[in-house]
Amino acid sequence: MKTGRLLRWVLALYTALVFLFIFAPIVASLVFSFNSERFPTIPLGSFTTGWYAKAFGNPEVWDAALRSLVVSSVSAALATAIGFSAAYTDYRHDFFGKKAFLVLALLPPTIPLIILALAMLGWLSMFNASGMTVSIIIAHTVLCAPFAMAVIRLRLSQMDPNLEPAAWNLGASEWVTMTSVVIPFTLPSIVASLCLTAAVSFDEFAVAWFVSGLDKTVPVVILEILTGNIDPQVNAIGTAVFLVSITLVVIAQVLAPRPARKPETA
Amino acid sequence: MAQPLVVFDNVVKRFGGFEAVKRMNLEIREGEFLALMGPSGCGKTTTLRMLAGLEQPTGGDIRLAGKSLLGVRPHERDTPMVWQSLALFPFLNARENVEFGLRMRGLDKPSRRRKALDWLERLGIGEFAERDVNSLSGGQRQRVALARALATEPKILLLDEPLSALDAHLVIRMQAVLTKLQRELGITFVHVTHSQSEAFAMADRVVIMSRGEIAQIGPARDIYRTPASRFVAEFVGRNNIFAGTVNGAGDVETAAGAFTLDGKARPGDKVSFVVAADVVSLSAIRPAARNVFTAQLISEEFVGSMVTLFFEAPGGAEIKVQVQERLLEGIPREPGQLLFLSFDPSHAHILKG
Repeated sequence: MKTGRLLRWVLALYTALVFLFIFAPIVASLVFSFNSERFPTIPLGSFTTGWYAKAFGNPEVWDAALRSLVVSSVSAALATAIGFSAAYTDYRHDFFGKKAFLVLALLPPTIPLIILALAMLGWLSMFNASGMTVSIIIAHTVLCAPFAMAVIRLRLSQMDPNLEPAAWNLGASEWVTMTSVVIPFTLPSIVASLCLTAAVSFDEFAVAWFVSGLDKTVPVVILEILTGNIDPQVNAIGTAVFLVSITLVVIAQVLAPRPARKPETA
Repeated sequence: MAQPLVVFDNVVKRFGGFEAVKRMNLEIREGEFLALMGPSGCGKTTTLRMLAGLEQPTGGDIRLAGKSLLGVRPHERDTPMVWQSLALFPFLNARENVEFGLRMRGLDKPSRRRKALDWLERLGIGEFAERDVNSLSGGQRQRVALARALATEPKILLLDEPLSALDAHLVIRMQAVLTKLQRELGITFVHVTHSQSEAFAMADRVVIMSRGEIAQIGPARDIYRTPASRFVAEFVGRNNIFAGTVNGAGDVETAAGAFTLDGKARPGDKVSFVVAADVVSLSAIRPAARNVFTAQLISEEFVGSMVTLFFEAPGGAEIKVQVQERLLEGIPREPGQLLFLSFDPSHAHILKG
């Protein structure tokens, strides 16, 4: 009994330390974003929302935020569509070289980002497609599709292999079965995948920095502000970015594992 | 007799080098309850799946109501199936599951809703119509699956071992539900099962399959009393198989003794014959009957009012005797006991091959 209790306390302490380790920098950034002092030092100065005013008053930041929003939502949609197709192919079909297909499909996240970024830059400039918003979208779609595939594949693995045949058996063509059985069944994972890939794209810096040119996303802008001088407005921007990302990830977490119900059929 | 509803015409199904179904010829009558039975791998499920269009025959033709089904896609056939896994749509509630087939046929919302509710009511689960199918019990889910398959009012219903996942007492209940439904609807049921009690309890005719071939077709009673082959006799169980050579007097000389079959066997023939477990008589003293032999009691199995006694006959053959327990009064039943067994020649059925 006694050791069990001790163990529980040690575990709780350990967990708390892990969370502290992960979130302390973010919390620091949040705290300093409201600090009037220019340098992140303790003791703190007075409370201010000035850095937010400055950051959001900067048209370059707004421009980047809007671009990040477009890039992350479009690449999330594309990556999820590709990921769904790949996952469904894996679920439904058996073919020669399937293992190789799966390895290749899941490969991009294992490549160091800097290599992927350089390769993307080289490749896209061959088509004169670098330095534009669309370049970031293409690069992020490549980067995110494997995540989408992994999430949707997990859900498909829970699907009774007889579910599709049962739909055909009741008069649904293969296409109708896709829209009225497979997609409703995988819907939670599709939404989770959209959120997760949007979050990945929204935060991603290295690839975006290489291929973006003048069409900068938020992380790229943050770095540019930082390379110039120490400016607490990055704390303000960082806090806002963090809130967006964590919201997407939480939605993805909540949706991913649960077998949800579709409310009413059309 | 009316034209058969389904005809399997020399149907062959090969998976690579494995021949799952070998030149099958089978007619399924309109309105009959047919059971396809056999050990796993005998081709019964493949046969059913070919009928539903989930497998394509390698050779031969399958006709439904006179029309060939070759090349007809599963969704274009009207052959609904109740699946072993039930395959209910987990993202739909009970009523929406039943409505699925009607929705695919383009029925408008109010009428498909009404029909679905009617079917759920008919199967005794009307109160669960709006419930999530994941929250229903095994028996209730089974009924939803049945309602879903029947909602489109098909001429034929395919059942792929749908009762195998249920508890024993629920199996009996669902058997009654199925038989009653089949009688009331008058449509053809084709039921695949590996359970003899299921097949015998419900089916008008039973098809016994073995290694891709039909071993015997007939009413349960015929299959039990007059099995066509040693395989069927053994598969059905509760049969005693004797083998021997017919001597000059016309008696079959087996390890357990010489038995007369009333001229059913020709001298010189090597024959096997079966005697059902429930027609063997038992006594403690030598009875004044024909075909008497002694055997040693090994064990007994008690089910309700019936007892099955297992004996070892001379030569090592296992002999099963099934009797009502009250008829065993006065007969000693300790294991090791030697008893006199006998059967009437008219109850012996000679096996072909």
